[in-house]
Amino acid sequence: MDSFPHRHLLGIKGLTEQEITYLLDKADAAVNISRQREKKTSTLRGLTQINLFFEASTRTQSSFELAGKRLGADVMNMSVGNSSVKKGETLIDTAMTLNAMHPDVLVVRHSSAGAAALLAQKVSCAVVNAGDGQHEHPTQALLDALTIRRAKGKLSRIIVAICGDVLHSRVARSNILLLNAMGARVRVVAPATLLPNGIGQMGAEVYHSMEEGLKDADVVMMLRLQRERMSGAFVPSVREYFRYFGLDAEKLKAAKEDALVMHPGPMNRGVEIASEIADGPQSVIEQQVEMGVAVRMAVMETLLVSQNQGPRA
Amino acid sequence: MTRPTVINNVRIIDPSQHLDETGTIVIEDGRIAAAGSSARNQGVPDGAEVVNGSGLVAAPGLVDARVFVGEPGAEHRETIESASRAAAAGGITSFIMMPDTDPVIDDIALVEYVLKTARDKALVHVHPAAALTKGLAGTEMTEFGLLREAGAVAFTNGRHAMHDAQVLRRAMTYAREFSAVIALETRDKHLGAGGVMNEGLLASWLGLSGTPREAEVIPLERDLRLAALTRAAYHAAQISVPESADAMRVARSRGANATCGISINHLTLNENDIGEYRTFFKLSPPLRGEDDRTAMVQALADGTIDIIVSSHDPQDVDTKRLPFGEAADGAIGLETMLAAALRLHHSGEVSLMRLFDAMSTQPAKIFGLDAGTLQSGVAADLVLVDLDEPWIAAKDGFVSRSKNTPFEDARFTGRAVQTYVAGKRIHAAQR
Repeated sequence: MDSFPHRHLLGIKGLTEQEITYLLDKADAAVNISRQREKKTSTLRGLTQINLFFEASTRTQSSFELAGKRLGADVMNMSVGNSSVKKGETLIDTAMTLNAMHPDVLVVRHSSAGAAALLAQKVSCAVVNAGDGQHEHPTQALLDALTIRRAKGKLSRIIVAICGDVLHSRVARSNILLLNAMGARVRVVAPATLLPNGIGQMGAEVYHSMEEGLKDADVVMMLRLQRERMSGAFVPSVREYFRYFGLDAEKLKAAKEDALVMHPGPMNRGVEIASEIADGPQSVIEQQVEMGVAVRMAVMETLLVSQNQGPRA
Repeated sequence: MTRPTVINNVRIIDPSQHLDETGTIVIEDGRIAAAGSSARNQGVPDGAEVVNGSGLVAAPGLVDARVFVGEPGAEHRETIESASRAAAAGGITSFIMMPDTDPVIDDIALVEYVLKTARDKALVHVHPAAALTKGLAGTEMTEFGLLREAGAVAFTNGRHAMHDAQVLRRAMTYAREFSAVIALETRDKHLGAGGVMNEGLLASWLGLSGTPREAEVIPLERDLRLAALTRAAYHAAQISVPESADAMRVARSRGANATCGISINHLTLNENDIGEYRTFFKLSPPLRGEDDRTAMVQALADGTIDIIVSSHDPQDVDTKRLPFGEAADGAIGLETMLAAALRLHHSGEVSLMRLFDAMSTQPAKIFGLDAGTLQSGVAADLVLVDLDEPWIAAKDGFVSRSKNTPFEDARFTGRAVQTYVAGKRIHAAQR
């Protein structure tokens, strides 16, 4: 496969194993660019990238910004915030305004599921979903996969345990889709209140105990638990959650000795993950950040270059 | 006075008389003079217009018990006049208008306003339902007696569910004296909180919050208990899951005076139609699974579900062209209810007699309207239907001011070709 047949990257859903591999290979090659002293290329010179973030996110936004700049694109950040009168109106109105400025790619984050897809219908440039509500966060799943593939050499038949607030997590959904497409075995480990309805049919084995769920796992992927969900609404307390579902040295022993520990960030140390583990030898959390820039470079280059080759699906 | 009309060789289906026979309908002075095979060859009144009804079905004009209109307050979405034209195009000759307007219809002045506007501008009969509680806030009951006298045919909280069982009990007890029907949609505010579609695998993949079926069934069971306790006439306005139909059966077996309705959307669509966040399919209650839909069709066929409503709810671009979770609920339906219902006839799941019963005779009976029958002497409100005419619901073909139809570009077989109110033809399809 030498091209990528999609105009936008709205989710992992709909991508084939070959298409995912294409993006990962390209990202793999992009890693070295960021490791050089001279980090800037001219691949996207003259093209305009707009980061449209309706939800604040320093990490993802700066990762996309760096990726664009390293490819030579002109990058503009628009932080719209959620205080605007009506979020939806802002979405369409802002999109139409931006569209009139002829950007080549819009990177969108929004608190509503489907927002990136809605926007993609209204604008004439490529759209990259940087997280839409509890739906998908495709570049996060790609960077996780790249991190795993570089450490383990493959994705097929490895066991990945995704632990924590799967219910509210777009990262979990995108990862479940991607890992299944690549032939990995996916487990979810969480209290039942933090699992979505029908999780058993979503391509993941369901566990309610860390000891069982982490047994022989190659990768332990922790998810962030938001503060407002910790005090009685979904779990009774931080201390009870950490006791049963927080990743500490004891629980990590159940996984393979060389299991990777991952977290999409930002971490709640002492809630879902103990500091000693987050900073420990098995942690690849910093690599994830590095792979993030590479994956986003690969995605934007792919969409913008393939777009120039004519009409796309 | 309108000209007499004679419709010949027409298949007459009148559920009020269990009549299904080919014959003639004679309309004089706006009333049915005769209808049936016995009316054949009785001669034609002087100056009568003769309509060849061959190949067509004549049925009592449809009665739609749940219609939202934007007047007063949101006339850009729909006026009483525009809704009435949409109704006429769909074979509907009477509809009950929900009180969710701005201002809310919770006062006799508003009831009078609706009736006057309807008299002046509407093509069909428009019956206001009054708010059960002031401002639809769910706390203080409205003036049932005065509203009833002014012409309100039912009391409802419209789109809003009733949460306070004590307020509801008192309202039911008080309403009984005025033989007022209380029609409610049930939705538990805590269990259903944040839900924007049916809870299940599909919602989980889409990352949308789900509304569990229990959010509908639990308050319905509460309401049915209260209806039994107070002996009030209770109507569950829109049920969507078979567990609710079960609750209706149980309540009736215990003697509750309870009826229920379902929207045409829930009989002909399911949650899969939402696809990738199509907001025209965002409804309350949400579209359910295909198993639920087929069970509800069965419950309609066996009479557990009394009536079909369009739940016509006009919404504009500003409330629908939004991310799914933020978009308003509701779909228009006046113009497509009959055609969509005929799908259940063509599939063999529900008889024509039961369909017209559920869309005309029963709603008229439940809400005490002079409609739903072709007996001699009644006002000639009727619809002529071509059961087999294929057509496509093109967006620009809709009469309604709003275009939020879940049936955009849908293929239908069968439609209303002529609609009559009081003997006057108010709609004739381009054929």
